[in-house]
Amino acid sequence: MGGGGGDGESGRRRIVFVTVGTTCFDALVEAVDSEKVKEALWRKGFTHLLIQMGRGTYIPSKVAAEDGSIAVDYFTFSPSIADFLRSASLIISHAGSGSIFETLRLGKPLIVVVNEDLMDNHQSELAEELADQKHLFCARPQTLCEIIDAMDLESLVPYTPGDALPVAKLINNFLGFPTD
Amino acid sequence: MGCDIGGIVCYLFPILVSLLLIRAAYVWYSTGKPRRRADSESVRTLIVLGSGGHTAEMLSIVNVLLKDRFAPRFYVAAATDNMSLQKARVLEDSLVQHGEPSEGKKIEASQYMQIYRSREVGQSYVTSIGTTLVAIAHAVWLVLKIRPEVIICNGPGTCIPLCVSAFLFKILGVKWSCIFYVESIARVRKLSLSGLLLYKLRMADQFVVQWPQLQKKYPRALYEGRLM
Repeated sequence: MGGGGGDGESGRRRIVFVTVGTTCFDALVEAVDSEKVKEALWRKGFTHLLIQMGRGTYIPSKVAAEDGSIAVDYFTFSPSIADFLRSASLIISHAGSGSIFETLRLGKPLIVVVNEDLMDNHQSELAEELADQKHLFCARPQTLCEIIDAMDLESLVPYTPGDALPVAKLINNFLGFPTD
Repeated sequence: MGCDIGGIVCYLFPILVSLLLIRAAYVWYSTGKPRRRADSESVRTLIVLGSGGHTAEMLSIVNVLLKDRFAPRFYVAAATDNMSLQKARVLEDSLVQHGEPSEGKKIEASQYMQIYRSREVGQSYVTSIGTTLVAIAHAVWLVLKIRPEVIICNGPGTCIPLCVSAFLFKILGVKWSCIFYVESIARVRKLSLSGLLLYKLRMADQFVVQWPQLQKKYPRALYEGRLM
């Protein structure tokens, strides 16, 4: 078994954190709660699944940690997801740019799931572009399982965070301020 | 007598309209031309925030601007958005703690304001005409109050009425403001509606995009790397 790493090590928690932000994205919560996806994650060596379900109405079933299957827990909101992101070994997120860049900056492996029910769905643009550049994996709720099966975390390219200084310089130059 | 007044109006009206048109043409011509200021005083800065990643990008710019040059700062977010102004407050409070303001100079405190939204996510384009009118009236009032010299925004719907009113005040000679538009990083292949409007109407002094492929598509835009 390759890819996932850490398989079979007893007593080691490998957490998958799922976040939908402030949105309602039942299709994603339902997908990660399905047996198929939970088994796929377990096969990859993940031991815990923690779901931030936001405004959704689909309630996943809690599963206690035991041998042979992944433990499942969930909550609706948290003022900051930073700690959850930090403790996770894999993040499955909605396509909001906030959680995408927060995760990439932490250098954590990320699967972005695009919500196809949104009307003006420009969000897939960002996820697909970053997936093309191998910074993350991009999935739809119905393809999530295949993406997990096929993913190789080693193939991901670390993301170099952007820099606001050039834009600040442009603003200063335009206004005739000295740039320092 | 009444006839005379009518006559005067008849003469004055076309003159006023032509003057306004000439002024508008001048403002459009000057928009995008760098401003030369000899003195290095501060500029009243309006920063438009918005949920869905807009605020994080805006605050990343504010973070690297000289705080006593771009002051006072006015943050505006949609009335339905509770998080954005809070995030701006956290940034501003951290500046106060780090003792940013230089001694002796009295710097006006930053202000936080809410604005009616022109269009909610998912609202149809037809009904958004009515709500946009209300938002414009509110925006006109806010811009009059703030009288910004610099506007920095990145495309939430609320930035359009604010930028349009600021541009009208520019034409009327009430206040000259420079608009800096940085298209959100989420826009990779196409501009947002706000971005497209400001680009087509040529109202932004500097129009920045965060992806090179978008810059190729909109040649008047500038590419300065990514914010996030």
